[in-house]
This record gives sequence, structure tokens and C-alpha cells, in this order.
Amino acid sequence: MTDMATGTPLSRVDGLLKVTGGADYAADHNPPGLLHAVLVTSTVSRATITGIDTAKARALPGVADVITDFGGVKLPFPAGEISFFGQPVAIALAGTLQQAQHAASVVAVRVTEKPAVTSMDDRQAIAVPSEEVADYARGDADAALKAGPIVLDNSFTVARENHNPMELPATVAQWSGDELTVWDKTQWVQGTGKHIAAALDVPESSVRVICPFIGGAFGSAGRTWPHQVLAAYAARRVKRPVKLVLTRKQMYSGVGYRPESRQRLALAAGADGRITGIVHELKTETARYEAYSEDAAELPKMLYTSPNVRSTYRLVPVDVSAGTFMRGPGFVTGAFALESTLDELAERVDIDPVELRLRNVADRNQITGTPFTQERFADCLRRGAEAFGWARRRPPKARREGNLLIGMGMASAAHPNYMSAASAVARINADGTAVVASATADMGPGTATAMSQLAADGLGLPVAKVRAMLGDSTLPTAPMHAGSATLASIGSAVHTASVAVRDAVVRMAVLDPASPLYQADPATVTVHNGVMSAPGHGSERYGDVLRRHGKDSIDSTQTWKPGDGKKASSYEFGAVFAEVSVDIRLGLVRIRRMRGVYDIGRVVNPKLAHSQAIGGLVGGIGMALLESTARDHRDGRIVNANMADYLVPVHADVPDLEAEFLDGADTASTPIGVKGAAELVIIGVPAAIANAVYNATGVRVRDLPITLDKLL
Amino acid sequence: MYPFTFIKAPTESAALAAGAQGGKYIAGGTTLVDLMRETVERPGKVVDITALPYREIESGPSALRVGALVRMADLAAHPVVRSRFPVISQALELSASAQLRNMATIGGNIMQRPRCLYFRDVTAACNRRAPGTGCAAIGGENRGHAVLGTSDQCVATHPSDLAVALVALDAVVLLRSRDGDRRIPVAEFIRRPGTTPDKEHDLRPGELIVGIEVPGGAHTARSGYLKVRDRQSYEFALASAAVALDIRDGVIRDARVAVGGVATVPWRLSDVERLLIGKAPGAELWAAASAHAADGAKPLHGNGFKVELAKRTVERQLASIGGAA
Ligand SMILES: Cc1cc2nc3c(=O)[nH]c(=O)nc-3n(C[C@H](O)[C@H](O)[C@H](O)COP(=O)(O)OP(=O)(O)OC[C@H]3O[C@@H](n4cnc5c(N)ncnc54)[C@H](O)[C@@H]3O)c2cc1C
Repeated sequence: MTDMATGTPLSRVDGLLKVTGGADYAADHNPPGLLHAVLVTSTVSRATITGIDTAKARALPGVADVITDFGGVKLPFPAGEISFFGQPVAIALAGTLQQAQHAASVVAVRVTEKPAVTSMDDRQAIAVPSEEVADYARGDADAALKAGPIVLDNSFTVARENHNPMELPATVAQWSGDELTVWDKTQWVQGTGKHIAAALDVPESSVRVICPFIGGAFGSAGRTWPHQVLAAYAARRVKRPVKLVLTRKQMYSGVGYRPESRQRLALAAGADGRITGIVHELKTETARYEAYSEDAAELPKMLYTSPNVRSTYRLVPVDVSAGTFMRGPGFVTGAFALESTLDELAERVDIDPVELRLRNVADRNQITGTPFTQERFADCLRRGAEAFGWARRRPPKARREGNLLIGMGMASAAHPNYMSAASAVARINADGTAVVASATADMGPGTATAMSQLAADGLGLPVAKVRAMLGDSTLPTAPMHAGSATLASIGSAVHTASVAVRDAVVRMAVLDPASPLYQADPATVTVHNGVMSAPGHGSERYGDVLRRHGKDSIDSTQTWKPGDGKKASSYEFGAVFAEVSVDIRLGLVRIRRMRGVYDIGRVVNPKLAHSQAIGGLVGGIGMALLESTARDHRDGRIVNANMADYLVPVHADVPDLEAEFLDGADTASTPIGVKGAAELVIIGVPAAIANAVYNATGVRVRDLPITLDKLL
Repeated sequence: MYPFTFIKAPTESAALAAGAQGGKYIAGGTTLVDLMRETVERPGKVVDITALPYREIESGPSALRVGALVRMADLAAHPVVRSRFPVISQALELSASAQLRNMATIGGNIMQRPRCLYFRDVTAACNRRAPGTGCAAIGGENRGHAVLGTSDQCVATHPSDLAVALVALDAVVLLRSRDGDRRIPVAEFIRRPGTTPDKEHDLRPGELIVGIEVPGGAHTARSGYLKVRDRQSYEFALASAAVALDIRDGVIRDARVAVGGVATVPWRLSDVERLLIGKAPGAELWAAASAHAADGAKPLHGNGFKVELAKRTVERQLASIGGAA
């Protein structure tokens, strides 16, 4: 078919709703009898709670209750204790939000403080092995470092970052008898349902979670957090619907963060630039009550041919809230160290950074030894260099315009094409419309739009006739909307279900003596605009055959499962290029332009993919230059927990960003040929910018963010 | 937010009466509402003054007079201000965001309260918010704090960009109360923390700012504001410089230099000005004079870079206003 919906730059199917205020976000729900809940949170990092005075709060007008007893609910931290600054300790409930806020602000929490350690650099903070990321070695990397001849051995730090999406974490919980309905901000309606059910000790089947729209999340709404459980708990206690929205300040300790990290990356190479050994020692902070590890060790082990690699990952438990995945989790951190080091190596051996990478590109996964399902890493590097005008790059400090030093830098990006089993239902209605649905979420990539496109092609219908539904736990089973896995997984399920229901109607037709398609070979039947036809036969609409069979609709639910990945490794690749200016006296780094070139398999919607990539570049610029969760380690307080002091890029910081996708389809991984994009597009960005800063100034900054004081 | 009553004063006398009874004035609300939400400010009575007539911008031959309720955006865009007082336009346009500048007023701007992270967090020690509780910033996160004009009680920077320009130009605050009118230089109106950091300014209870007056002169047209910050836009200054120069016949006749972002109050650099006046403009002079831009600085553990940054910011702005030649 020539007029495929897939591959066209369709605008978001829910775009109009979003820009006209018609999209219902979690906090937009106001069931009758609603109470507003506001959390009271701890103001120390470690203590035993000795009492909570609620009398003053309870006496205020409109206050329905102040809950201080969390005994009937399972939370990740021990009851009666304070495990981090900002931990929920009480819930004020009132008829209006203002009443609840005021009530919460006059609740007094009495504690017996205990010594707390909140900094991973504190001498009392002890690193422990990660249970999830095992130590790794191939060859003898330490011997390779001794042998040289070129050796680089440096430390890198990345500040803690918070996701800071526009939509604040919000939950509305309503019980009706033993049945609970939750309108929530979540990247995983079914996971949240399961979690809440377990925390409140009720059957999973009695909890329904609804979340059709998300105002950004970046990973922060992946797991289920205490506030979600507490909203449902409070609603059960007060027997009224409850709305709980975290404040921006509470968000900083309420829904995770990208953990602060320390890395040593040592690399040995020959004079020809071929890497001979890598030693990567990595540490990240974690909560004492819960270990969170991320995949920061993966790329240095996987990406380049190096016969010798040693990698260790340690967690440093301290008295802080739990971390979680934030866009490009781990990979962006590891890539910063690896790709900064390759830039240094390029200079040491006097080989162009792009050429240096080409010399070390692997044709197979260096950890598993398996070939890639599809690998266009080298093409990304070459195409990126050409499109960006990389040949115009000059030696460090050589380009000056007035008070500005201009520099170019680049970095590689790679990320596994994660996939999970996923289910979807496709329904063809007799009126010529169709619905596809799955319990996935859409935190911004445009999942509903891409689902509509894939379904339209699978069903042989125009995309305008197809409606996609998601974000309801009663829909077919879906994995968490995370890890760039959604389109590959849900998309494959949608495709499979659409083709299955199409085939079912075709079968009905060819077996139906009343159909013009009677006795046609099903394999020769094509469907276009909802009209089935076959060579040598007439044609008819889906609706015609359905109505003859007395059906209003027909549907098929299908589960798609990825392969076991044993024979081949599915990876996404990219190359990112940056040009920056640095004020020669004032140290100000400004992005002038960036370009990313990506190998993400088949692009279902170029417009959405482009937006996804631009968003990744913007996030990476934030990580490189601005973002840092500032903490006062005397008491563990987050001091910049607001959008004026925690800096994310504004428009003026992101001038000229471009992204390009190489043609191709990875049909070995999924029937629809797609690979993920969302993580990939942030991964090389901080390194590319740091490398550009070096090229501009001759100063190598190994600590993110690169603020002006590091360049004065 | 603590509960409060709200009235909209229909007239100046109604506003002054309400103010005299302890009412808290609100103009654009962009500072006050934030602080009330954080419970840093807990007024029992809020008096909206936006119906009062202080909305004129008058530019006479000797002075520019600006009503207290003029919006930041409107003052910045005024053609006479743009051409004869560019430092004011620039300081305003480098402040906050377009949305805020459309709401916020000139009176509210010079009254805005510190952005210190501990001041704005009621669970932290802060002598300015709660006298006698201590200063959490001195031993805490203080990358953004002041190196000049500090005391052992408080090290918060004064956040207003406009006020830096006004201090450089010797602007005067025009005040009114039921006892009559007063005129006070902006430089005296905004107070250093000393031992009473809670006494931020010389505004008497119930007194209203009705406007500001900026004396004209040969220097005001050749003026400009430089703001240095991590983010390209929408951030308070790490360092800033307001510079105005009167250069005739190759000689600097008059010089006004003030810095922001590095001091507890808008910080006039009289020593630097003295070094400039009577000399020929040029790169060497800029370097020599700006070397004194942070004289007397007392850096904290997190903001030592501001000493050098202040000097370089002044040097750059002298060069851009006075010419690099
Ligand atoms: C996110 C953010 C970023 C910002 N960035 C910057 C920046 O970069 N640079 C900068 O300079 N500013 C910045 N600001 C501050 C902004 O300029 C001020 O909030 C604004 O100027 C205050 O004016 P307003 O009219 O809204 O004051 P209001 O909030 O109405 O009042 C502020 C105070 O002034 C008092 N007041 C107001 N008018 C009068 C009067 N006529 N007489 C007596 N008392 C009065 C009020 O009682 C109150 O105490 C920022 C603000 C925000 C929220």
C-alpha cells in the first residue's frame, strides 16, 4: 500500500485536547465529596518520631482529619522512623486545598534525632556492592593500563538531578465499597494498581487505575511512590474521595531522582588509537532503605572493542530518599565518562575524534559476543560528521569571535533496544471505525498517535477512523511505559492484534457464500480504506460482512513477546555533535547548535521522533550545563527545590537543535522494525558538550554541570 | 498560606488608612504571593493598591519620574527610557520573565525580598525571617550569596536588577504616609543586614512608595547593564554591573558603577568611579579600575568565584559602554 499511515508526520491525535485544556490529567478529577490531602513531611534526615501534635490543625475550619498513623499501609521505609528529609509523616485533609495546606503547615512533628549521613562523599558513608550490577572483567585491564603506551585515568562526577516535569505528581482515590478507583499520574497503571493493592492488602482485582494523559514524567512516575499509596489509604480512612498533589518542593524527595555519581575511568590505548584496556569504577548514592542501581556500567563494557575491561559498581547507602530512573538512566552517566575520555584520547594520539571512534567500533556486543540485529553506529558517526560540518573543527582554543571562544565536540550514544511482552486489543466496528487499546501510558512521546498509525496499517483503515486507548488498568496487559520500550513492545502488540482481527474478518468473508470474496484465497485479500478485495473477486467493506453475521464489532486480543535475544543483540545507536561558545573572561557556556543522528530502526512518525530527539538534546543540555539538586549535608535538606533555583534550560538556552534518523527497519527485533529512541537521544549529549567546551577553551571539565565558576 | 482578609483600596487615603492599621500592600503580587504560599509572609490583611494612580512615567529635562505602579515591562519599553536611560531598560528586560514583567511593578521590585534558599524555607534558621535563629546560609549552600556588605547575621544578596541601575544613577524613592511625604535615595532606602537583617528597608509602617525619581545628566544616555548567570535567561544574577559614563573630548567626566548579585544591597563602586573620572577611556583603565570592584569582599566557602567574577563583569561592562580602545 502506498498510503501507509506509518512513516507519516501525523500530528498528535490528542494534541488538540492538550492545547485546549480538554485533556483530563489526574488532578483534574473532582469526584463529589472530595477532600484535599496535603502531606506533612519531615525536616530532619534521620530520627525517631516521638509525637505529632495535630490539635491546632484539627481545630481549623474545613479540616476533616489529620492522619498520623500509617500503620495500616505498607511503605518502603520503617514506620515511626524518619529515614530521609522530606519523608511523609502525616496527611492533612480538608474541604479546600488552602485549608488542607494551612492545616499541614501547623502540624508539629516531635522527633528524637539520630546522626545522619546524607553525602556519598562522607567518610562515614560505606560503599557496598550492587546486587543488580555484578562486577565484570574480561582479559586483564589493569595489566593493559600498566602496558600503555597511552594511558588516561580520570575521575568524573555527576550531580544529582530531579526530573521536574510540568505535571506534579497527583493522585485522586475513590472507594466504592471494596472497589478502589485511582486517577493517577503514572507511567504504569497496572503496576500502580498492583502496588497499591499490595500496600493496602486488598485484592489486585479491586483496584482500577486510570491515567490517559501525563504532563511529562521522564521516569519519575514509573514506580509507585508513597504519596500514591497514602492517597488511597487516606480515602479509605476518611471514607471520602481524596486528592493528593505533591508540591513542587515535595516532588524533590517524593518521586526519585537521578543519583549523584562518582566514576573513575581509566583507559589504555595504542598510538593508533585502538583501545586496549578500560577500567571503570563507579559509585552512586542510594537510600539506606532501598537499593537503586542503574546501568551506568554498561557502555564502557559494551560499546568499543577492548580486549581488556574491568568494571565495578558500588552503591553508597545514605540517609536520603530513594533514587529512580531518569531519562537515559545510567547510560548517560557512563557515556559522560567514556566519551569524555575518548575525546582526550583523540587529542593524545592526534586522531580526529570521529575517526578514533570508527577505529574502535565493534561489530558485535562486546559483553555477550553476539552480533547486532542491525547496527548502523558507524553510519551515524559518518553522517553526523558530514551533516554537522565537523571538518570545520579546529584545534583547541583556535576559534575566537570577539569575547567568545567557539568549540565543537561530539560523542557516541548507544542504548539497548529494550522490549517486553505486551498485549493489545484491536476491534473493528461495523460502522467502519476501529479501536486499539492497551494498558500502556503516554508520557509525551505520542504513544496513542503511533498506536493509531500502526493499527491503521494493520487494519487497512485510514488513521482518522482508528481510535487508540491507553492508560486504564482494565485494558490488556502492558509493561511499564519506560526504558524506550513502549513502541517496540506495545506497537508490536497493536500490530499483531490489528492484523489478527483483520484476518478474522477476511476469513469470515471468504467463507461466507453471500460475500463477493467467497472462496478467495485469504492470502490474496488486501484491505484498503476498510474495503476488502481480492484479484478475480469483488469487494466489500468490513461492515458488510460483520452485519450479515449480526455483529456490531469483532475484536482480537493478542500478546506479543520479544525473542530471547540470545542469538543477536538489539541496540540503538547515535552520534551527537555540539558547537558551543564560551565567554573568554566570564566563563559562560552557551550552546550554538547541536545535531544528533540516530539509528532507531523504522520511524513510525518522523514528527514525533524528531520532537523526542529535540527533547533529549534539551535534557542533555540541562544535565551538561545547569541541573544540580543542591543539598545541605548538615541536615540533608534540598535547598533549591523549586523551579527558580533548580535550573532547567529555557528557550534561550536551546537555539538550533536538529535530529536526523537513518533509514532502516530492524525487523529481526520486532515485526514493525522499530527500536527505541527516548533514552538514546540524551545519552551522548553531556559528553558532546563537555568535549566542545574543551575544544573551545582547552579546559576539560569532568564534573557536571559545567557552570561558569569551573571556567573562570 | 495563612488565612488573611483582602481589600482593594479605592483611593490613596483608603490605602494609607488600611496600611496604617497594619495592612500589607500588594501590587503585582509576584513576590508577596510566593512568600505567603511558603508561609514566609503571613499578613492578616492584604491591601490591593493597583487602583491607585501611580502609573505615570514623566520625563522632564532634569529627571525621570516613574510611578510606583508602573509595570516593569512598560518602563523598560518607554522610548525615552530606552534612549536616555538604557541601563534601566536593560536591567528590567534582563529580569525575571516576560510574564512576570507584565505583572510586577516598580515599587514592588525595589521591595522584593531575598532569594536566599534558607530565607524562603521556614524550617531553616534565618535571622532575616526569624531574628535570632541564626543564618543557615553562612555554613551551608551559599554559591549564590553575597561577598560584599555581609554581616555575621546575614549574607543574602539583594535580588533586584533594577535597583542596581537606580543606585548607580542616584535615584530617589518617593514615599507617602498620613504624616506626609519623604524622599530617600534608593541607596539609603535599601539597608545592609548588619545586626538587624530583618530591617530590609527604610519604609515606615503604613507608608507607600508612590514613585521613584532618577536625576538626568550627561552620563545616563551612555549606560548599560550586564547580567551574568548560568542560564541564558530567567535567572537572578550571579554578578551584574550597571555602568554609566560621560565621556567628552576623550576624557571620562562622570562615571557611575554599581554591581548586583554579589552584595547584600545594590553596591555602588565609588572607588572604581574615582579611578575612572578624569582619565582617558581604554582597556588598561578598565582593567585597573575594575580590579577594585570587589574590594573588601568576604567570600564564603561556596561563592569565592564571585570575587573574580565581579571584577570581570565590571571590566567587561566598562569596555562595552566606554569602548575597548
Ligand atoms: C521566578 C521569578 C524570577 C524573578 N527574577 C527576577 C530577576 O531576574 N531580577 C529581578 O530584579 N527580579 C526578579 N524577580 C522579582 C520580581 O521582579 C518581583 O517579584 C517584582 O518586581 C515585584 O513586584 P510586584 O509588583 O509583583 O510586587 P508585590 O509582590 O505586589 O509586592 C512585593 C512587596 O513590595 C511591597 N509593595 C509593593 N508595592 C508597594 C508600594 N507601592 N509601596 C509600598 N510597598 C509596596 C509589598 O507589600 C510586598 O512586600 C523574579 C520573580 C520571580 C517570581
